[in-house]
Amino acid sequence: MKLLRMKPGHGEIVLAEGDVRVPEQERELIEAFRRELDAGMWAAVPTGTPGGRREAELVKNFAEVPREAERVIFFPRAAGGAPGATHQR
Amino acid sequence: MTLALGTGAILLVVLLWELVRPTLKRAVTRGREIWSLRRGASTLSGYDPGRERRAEQRARALLRSCVDERDWAMYRDLGFLRVWGGLGERGRGKHASYAYLIYPHKPVVAYVPQTGALLNEYCVAFPDLSRPYGSSRLPDSDDVLAKWMALTADERRLIADANMHLPGRQIDPGRVRRDLLRLARWEQERDQEPLGRDRRGSDHAATLQA
Repeated sequence: MKLLRMKPGHGEIVLAEGDVRVPEQERELIEAFRRELDAGMWAAVPTGTPGGRREAELVKNFAEVPREAERVIFFPRAAGGAPGATHQR
Repeated sequence: MTLALGTGAILLVVLLWELVRPTLKRAVTRGREIWSLRRGASTLSGYDPGRERRAEQRARALLRSCVDERDWAMYRDLGFLRVWGGLGERGRGKHASYAYLIYPHKPVVAYVPQTGALLNEYCVAFPDLSRPYGSSRLPDSDDVLAKWMALTADERRLIADANMHLPGRQIDPGRVRRDLLRLARWEQERDQEPLGRDRRGSDHAATLQA
């Protein structure tokens, strides 16, 4: 499993990588996961539906991450933006 | 007489100088501050077009790996993504009662697929307050992916966090209507093409773009 984080000016960076079946590596993944959530990030796991459509799942703790997930993507939390702006052509 | 006039002129100049000096001094100090701030900001942010381009390439690759092949092709060809709304009576999918258009760093636009009527603009951003390289702005494709993940994972929450406006607040409604026409044409052409040829074409175009 890889923990990725979107970063301005860079694209995604790999925060941690490990096998959840190995306790030591799982502990490192959990620590990195907590650090990002404490920093105010949202965590999403890209998934697929039974119909074959792709979507994502937001997770709030490591236990919610499917064991077979390959990636967890962290990104800054949503904020309402530009309330006073006018349209651009 | 000449001496008196000369003395008067000198006094006048001195008086004027004394009057103007504080204002001039303040203006010079402020000018220096602005100049040093600008210099500091440009040193911190150090905008580098090459770095930004590489960041966008990485973001595109990540987006491509997360969404459907069809959605990726839509974004690559048209510059936006369509996501079906999931909270209506008809559920998510091509028969959904509403859908969203996701543009990079622009509001999410909700519309009715059957009529093309525009419903709302949802202004939402994902600012990284740690500001690496001096900017809180994600690469374009990361912004699109963040909106896509948030919408498909928890539509209600994203909409609640966004600032809702009537259509036309930030994006020209004419542009959105043109984009909907482009999308309809694109889907029609894509559905008519043989599958194998289409896929090969998409992959070839993606390789060229990369």
